[in-house]
Amino acid sequence: MNALRSPSAAVAAILLAVTFVAEADEDFRAAVRNPAYQAECAACHVAYPPQLLSAASWRAVMDGLGKHFGSDASLDPATHAEILRHLEANAGRRDTVAAGKPQLRITETRWFVHEHSDELPRDVWKHPAVKSAANCAACHTAADKGDFSDRTLRLPKGVHKK
Amino acid sequence: MRLATCLFLLASASSAAFAEAPADFLAGYSQEAKHANPGYTAPSVQRGQRFFTEKHGHDWSCASCHTGTPTASGKHAVTGKVIGPLAPAANPERFTRASKVEKWFRRNCNDVLGRACTAGEKGDVLAYLMSLK
Repeated sequence: MNALRSPSAAVAAILLAVTFVAEADEDFRAAVRNPAYQAECAACHVAYPPQLLSAASWRAVMDGLGKHFGSDASLDPATHAEILRHLEANAGRRDTVAAGKPQLRITETRWFVHEHSDELPRDVWKHPAVKSAANCAACHTAADKGDFSDRTLRLPKGVHKK
Repeated sequence: MRLATCLFLLASASSAAFAEAPADFLAGYSQEAKHANPGYTAPSVQRGQRFFTEKHGHDWSCASCHTGTPTASGKHAVTGKVIGPLAPAANPERFTRASKVEKWFRRNCNDVLGRACTAGEKGDVLAYLMSLK
């Protein structure tokens, strides 16, 4: 605490934080570039950064592809194994569990809810330009490339911060 | 007789594996449909259009995502993700790879009909899509 009172320590702390965020960004971008992940998962939705769910959550998601949020997203066994390996290797380290079960929706994780509730109205997901909390690209205009930085963040017309 | 069946299966399997143009798929589906039902004559554009736009007891039709104008881009009914045109005239990549074609028929027929599509149904839909310019 005292260390932060000195200006140079504060600058160092800020630099460290900035570097950390930049690294996370690069990890996101690298992880969504996987060709099998792009070809199979991003055909129907944004290639969500694997870091946003735990390995246990990804295993649960991949176990249920026959009925994936209402759609048949089944894969041949080789592709299934390849994508699961990729997701496990890049999964977030924090648990994404609710009521003792691995969470399946990124949008229900504590992190996501926290990130999106401070500045945005509760009904933002119902806005016609957004449609669903799963539609990252409605505001994160480069979400398809794993880029969720402020630089590429644009609220659609009619969506306002609180 | 058994040999003939084997040869037929071999021929249709290899044509499916190496088919590269929509017309190859159409020929394969017609052959398969004839084999399954001797009364079958040919794919029908009209039947295909009806099949494509009507619902089949579930929430979605093909057109729910691919729109009633498959020469244009569609949108995933849930996620809103843009889907490139399905008609080969508008999107030359369509119906050029057997693994991709079969994967999407498998998934989407299950979503729309709750079962696999027959070869006759696939042929009709493809005939309809190929008729669009």
